[in-house]
Amino acid sequence: MADIKIKQKEPLIHITKRDDVSFAKSIIIHLIGIAVALVLSSLLIISVTGENPLKLFKAMYEGVIGTPAANMGINKKYMESIHIGAILLCISLAVTPAFKMKFWNIGAEGQVLMGCLASAYCMLEFGGMVDNTVLLIIMLLASILVGAIWAVIPAICKALWNTNETLFTLMMNYVAMTLVSYFIMIKDRSGRSDLGILNERTGYGYLPDLFGMNYIFNILIVAGVVVFMFIYLKYSKQGYEISVVGESENTARYIGINVKKVIIRTVAISGAICGLVGFMIVAGDKHSIKPDIVGGQGFTAIMVSWMAKFNPIIMIPVSLLIVFLSVGSKFATSAFKVDNSIGDILTAIVIFSIIACEFFTRYKVNFRKFGKED
Amino acid sequence: MSFEMLIAFIQQSVRLSSTLLLGSTGEIITEKSGNLNLGTPGIMASGAISGIIGAYFYTKSGIPFNPIVSILITFGCAIIGALLTTLIYCFLTITLKTNQNVTGLALTTFGIGISNFIGSLINGKMGGTGIAAFPEIGEAYRATLPFADKLGVFGKIFLSYGFMTYLGIIIAVIVAFVITKTRVGLNLRAVGENPATADAAGINVNRYKYTATCLGGIISGLGGLCYVMDFAAANWQNNILDQFGWLAVALVIFAVWRPNIAVFGSIIFGALYVIGPFILGLSNKSQELIKILPYLVTIVVLVIVSIRDKKENQPPQSLGLAYFREER
Repeated sequence: MADIKIKQKEPLIHITKRDDVSFAKSIIIHLIGIAVALVLSSLLIISVTGENPLKLFKAMYEGVIGTPAANMGINKKYMESIHIGAILLCISLAVTPAFKMKFWNIGAEGQVLMGCLASAYCMLEFGGMVDNTVLLIIMLLASILVGAIWAVIPAICKALWNTNETLFTLMMNYVAMTLVSYFIMIKDRSGRSDLGILNERTGYGYLPDLFGMNYIFNILIVAGVVVFMFIYLKYSKQGYEISVVGESENTARYIGINVKKVIIRTVAISGAICGLVGFMIVAGDKHSIKPDIVGGQGFTAIMVSWMAKFNPIIMIPVSLLIVFLSVGSKFATSAFKVDNSIGDILTAIVIFSIIACEFFTRYKVNFRKFGKED
Repeated sequence: MSFEMLIAFIQQSVRLSSTLLLGSTGEIITEKSGNLNLGTPGIMASGAISGIIGAYFYTKSGIPFNPIVSILITFGCAIIGALLTTLIYCFLTITLKTNQNVTGLALTTFGIGISNFIGSLINGKMGGTGIAAFPEIGEAYRATLPFADKLGVFGKIFLSYGFMTYLGIIIAVIVAFVITKTRVGLNLRAVGENPATADAAGINVNRYKYTATCLGGIISGLGGLCYVMDFAAANWQNNILDQFGWLAVALVIFAVWRPNIAVFGSIIFGALYVIGPFILGLSNKSQELIKILPYLVTIVVLVIVSIRDKKENQPPQSLGLAYFREER
């Protein structure tokens, strides 16, 4: 028989794992990703509106930073934008320790909402009965407690029976939303299914303005949470335990970490910070309660935390970028008379690009070398 | 509850159930391949809006209206739209091995955003009355067998639905059969349970994941189409489909990853969703509270399944994990 030599072709593309990518290289890859996202969004804008995308981006910039005229009074446009970013940042920080442990808590939306509900309840029940400072402290504690409880229920099931936490926390979101609708119906006497602004005349349970600017209290709290979370994750013993459990539960067990305790404790912290955000939203910003008051930020925060690779410092620019897109496009779309859901689309495109970048930092794409004959 | 109301209640429940059934059957196929697609609400929304796009251009084109053509066009558009959206998810999670939870949530944002955007655009083009409505197409979708009315109660309970309801049940039964009884289904489950083993056995893991996820996405997308065309009678409304998308994801757990159980589960979920107005003397408050039930029931099922820890009722073992050959 003739000796047939089968020529095995090398595949056109093959993927190998990178050891470690340098920080500079990772930054470059991500900047390319964001640039690709902006090009894609521009193409989308041109195809839909026929407008110059630069005009839209300029309108977005004005919507976020504000024109000088809009920034004269106490309600400064850029403060509002920073505040929205701070809230998003704080939820991202809240979900981070749980994620680092590979506990997929996608119930931040519900946990924040329960925090809002607790605050609103205290505002209505105890407003005027106690001193305003005492009331604020009660609201704060109630929100943190309720947020933590809402998160700990799935965590206990996960620790005891290994219940799937992704699906459990997801369901808890909708339970929370329905509870809020129910609460509104109980408290509402006007029949409009809307409580409007709570304590509008009395101002009980409102966080005060500082230095002649509103929102400053919330921003300071968030700054505190950033520092706390950075130190907690990086330098504390508990932060170390979280990363060990996240890397390998078996290793954690072997070196004597009580995995169940770590899971429950970490998720409780996660939920408590979510509850704190709920307090900030009600006491420091909206002064009202609605089922959609969190507005999907609980979900966006998950993506922010992931995109920032669980690093609290990197989360700051990432959440500001997302807020620039969502707030800016909301403003720009009213100017261009297109629906404001374009903000969601732009956000999603940017997120897709950034998470795709991760592939290029973790793996190396090798093309077949042409002209290589054996 | 009077007898007529009982029948109306059953009809409403079944009508809503087909949306949930198609959505969750699609998600079951996807999850069986080890992909947890949290983009299902987005995919359902994109399927629905693609159908509306088809309807818009068909009614605008001036071609004389034909119910069958209108169904074919909207159906085809929904399949293409859902497939394109799902391909984004497939490419990112399977080829680029990104995190499935994050990608899925982003896809939901994307799908809901794009459907709202196009929905508003079409609303505006149709006179800006706030709703894009295509009553003729809605009627085509809701057409029943001509003799259904003559069969009394039996006809009302079993035959009074549009074709999508029956299609949903047929698809669910076929999928259940394929997953449990055929070689393809066995391979698919192997990929979802342990892709490394499947790979070693000569199964092309990526091809299975792509095919299953795309097929699942298309079926979920048809669920979205079913909602707008049949349940809502071809009226488009922004932001309505995400709750049904999440209910479909919940139904997957409720049905412990079995489409044949999902057939009954979907009717129960549909019933729990629509029951409020049918209970006489129930205040608005209590009606609101009843809407919690589908989610609570799902949580209870999830916890019980995990406590009993029976092998055949567990989620696929590698659900949510990306597969890379060199990482074995």
